[in-house]
Amino acid sequence: MSATTNILVVGIGGQGVMTATEILAEAAIALGHDAKKTEVAGMAQRGGVVSSHLRFGDRVLSPQITPGSADVLLGFESAEAMRWQHMLRKGGITLMNTARLVPPVVELGLFEYPADPLGEIRKTGNKVVAFDATTIAEELGDIRLGNTVMLGAIADHLPFGAEILLDCVLKRFARKGEKLLELNRRAFAAGRAAVGAAEAALA
Amino acid sequence: MAAVMPAPAASRLLLSGNEAVARAVWEAGVKVAAAYPGTPATEMLEVVATYPDLYAEWSVNEKVSLEVAIGAAYAGSRAFCCMKHVGMNVAADALMTLTLTGVCGGLVIAVADDVGLSSSQNEQDSRYWGRFAHVPVLEPADSQEAYAMTLAAYELSERFQVPVILRMTTRINHVKSLVTVGERVAHAGPGFRKDPARFVMVPGNAGKRIPLMFQRDRDLRALAETSPLNVIEPGRDRRVGFITSGPAYMHVKEAFPEAPVLKLGFSHPAPFARCRELAALVDQVVVVEEVEPLLETELKAQGLAVVGKEILPLQGELSPAVLRPAIARLLGETLPENAVSGASTVALPVFPRPPTMCVACPHLGVYYTLSQVRNLNISGDIGCYTLGAGHPWNALDTCVSMGASMGIALGMDKGRGEADKDKRVVAVIGDSTFLHMGMQGLLDMVYNKGNVTVLLLDNRAVGMTGGQDNPGNGRDIHGDDAPRIDFAKLVSALGVRDERIHVVNPYELPVLFKTIREEVKVPEVSVIITDQPCVLIKDYHKLKPYAVSDDKCTGCGNCVDVGCPAIHVTRRGKEVKASGREVDLAFVRIDSSVCTGCGLCLQPCAPKAIEHYVPSAPIQFASRGGCQA
Repeated sequence: MSATTNILVVGIGGQGVMTATEILAEAAIALGHDAKKTEVAGMAQRGGVVSSHLRFGDRVLSPQITPGSADVLLGFESAEAMRWQHMLRKGGITLMNTARLVPPVVELGLFEYPADPLGEIRKTGNKVVAFDATTIAEELGDIRLGNTVMLGAIADHLPFGAEILLDCVLKRFARKGEKLLELNRRAFAAGRAAVGAAEAALA
Repeated sequence: MAAVMPAPAASRLLLSGNEAVARAVWEAGVKVAAAYPGTPATEMLEVVATYPDLYAEWSVNEKVSLEVAIGAAYAGSRAFCCMKHVGMNVAADALMTLTLTGVCGGLVIAVADDVGLSSSQNEQDSRYWGRFAHVPVLEPADSQEAYAMTLAAYELSERFQVPVILRMTTRINHVKSLVTVGERVAHAGPGFRKDPARFVMVPGNAGKRIPLMFQRDRDLRALAETSPLNVIEPGRDRRVGFITSGPAYMHVKEAFPEAPVLKLGFSHPAPFARCRELAALVDQVVVVEEVEPLLETELKAQGLAVVGKEILPLQGELSPAVLRPAIARLLGETLPENAVSGASTVALPVFPRPPTMCVACPHLGVYYTLSQVRNLNISGDIGCYTLGAGHPWNALDTCVSMGASMGIALGMDKGRGEADKDKRVVAVIGDSTFLHMGMQGLLDMVYNKGNVTVLLLDNRAVGMTGGQDNPGNGRDIHGDDAPRIDFAKLVSALGVRDERIHVVNPYELPVLFKTIREEVKVPEVSVIITDQPCVLIKDYHKLKPYAVSDDKCTGCGNCVDVGCPAIHVTRRGKEVKASGREVDLAFVRIDSSVCTGCGLCLQPCAPKAIEHYVPSAPIQFASRGGCQA
């Protein structure tokens, strides 16, 4: 990876994209990096597009990731992972949830949801790993664990160890009781395992 | 919200620009802080209010918030006021005379420019206010600077007895980066000292203050020449030097790490001698500023040969990706298609995803109803309900500025042409926007005998900015009890006849429809108040969710027209009616996991196919693939 690491986290308003990016930033800072996090969010609370930029390294200047320079794209939703492919550098990787969140403009028949976002991404030649984070979270008993599943998914694609990121995730739940901590540990592990298994299948 | 224990001095914190300013406001010993919410400025006051030992308030509008701050500063206390760029237009009346009286306690006005219009009706450059009002402007480039410059702004404000503008942009307000914080220093104000020649701005007194203001301009410019906030970084590649400020500095350093740069933190009055010093180092000078060519124009007037908006965009955010090709063209160089990595930077085509109203939003009922009433011209306003202009409702025809729906509706009524003679004029405004600047417009409408039906959507929150409290919901900035305005009494006091005031539950579509249809026929001012809370605030209570019975759904699609994001089309079809007319069918399902049972969609459902959701079995741990798309 280059001197500055560029992580792009994308999804739609309300999915927890900004919180996930913030936890990634906390992990980078815990390791002594400089870090900047910024969003193109607009009125994202209302179901709009969210793309959250995280840059970390010795010294970060511009907070925005330049198109064509993201190292990792973490996609919380299929079409959103597709929307931001142009941000990836050559050799960059997409880690994407296969969930499809269909907006009203598509329901109304004004636009079409792409039939196969994963296929479209593969056609670009960019490396992509897909997994069903929503179902994994549901299987663990709470769809809200999806955020932690996503962080587990990126854990082995960072220039630092997964344990630091897991610590930062668990810090968020430190006062919420051991049961929730254990669930998040499992969600994180399940995200890591899902990406690991998908990559092994690709290899 | 209870006050929290602030992080100790020397802590290194990941803070947004807004949070960094708030911390500095507390450390500076500010006693009074006031604001009206507005993206991207909102969190400054939200966070200030969590600190102890100061007074914070949500004011009804930006002008009042600035006036509250002025009063505190006149009394010798430090005061803070913040707003988004358009808020400054509202506060400007006070600002333009405040500059003559000056302040006693320090007063900092943090203005957040929404460069790139992520959540605004226009794009403005608030640095103009520094020129217009003859007050200094500081421009931070990241959170640490936002923190440090806020502290510096209080020193400057008291030294020159002048209000100071801290000009921020979305890329400062909402970017999180590391900040090392310090200690709070209490600031004891001396109290108000009467001085009519200074504080009573009648012509005779004001005229005598103007020369003092011009002298202050000169003194401030002299200070800017030596200020440590203005720094020349000599660089090594002397072909192009940059004069820049705010977040643009970071983009310049990212794109041209070897270039000489004059970074202006204290950007107005501009230090012309320092600009000349930079110019002497390099072959060409480029001024990089968001948004307007303000400094560029001033430098050209000074006879400096600089380049600026000839090669850089006049609109929107700058970034390394914007700067690199512009400078390459200036130097006659060609850039490879992607200078970074050779990757393709052409985006794949994906449908747009505009913001939508929330599941069960009370506004859904209003816009569904408006979309069903013919012959309306609908004057809109600023808030979540501006989304009514979008699909599927298309039931909002104008949006200009806070409270403008009132005056514009009256003007549409009075100025109607022959083509509009049968049109009914409706104005739609939210509770907080009405209290901000709509009340005066309604009074004008009543006084001048307008023929307008006003829909006052009271959802008990400033919804779009995150559900802040306001005088309409009976809670103050800390969530504590506060006097609650009675909208029916208020509009009655403004002169609307009591027979023309209706309070309606927006989830009861037949009542809402009948009320709107009746009132638009009455040739005078009517006010229909809807009274259900925003679904994102604690006043909202969820009900049992609904589901669609597949064997009953006929595909009529009426529920889709409500516009609730919990309704999804599962398949489409066509049907040929007995009349021979072909109609489109849309069979639906409700995402029962997000439905909160508001019941809007079942009211237009012809076959009564929407029923309470009954979980079929303990299937929440469904197998993979069992999850519906």
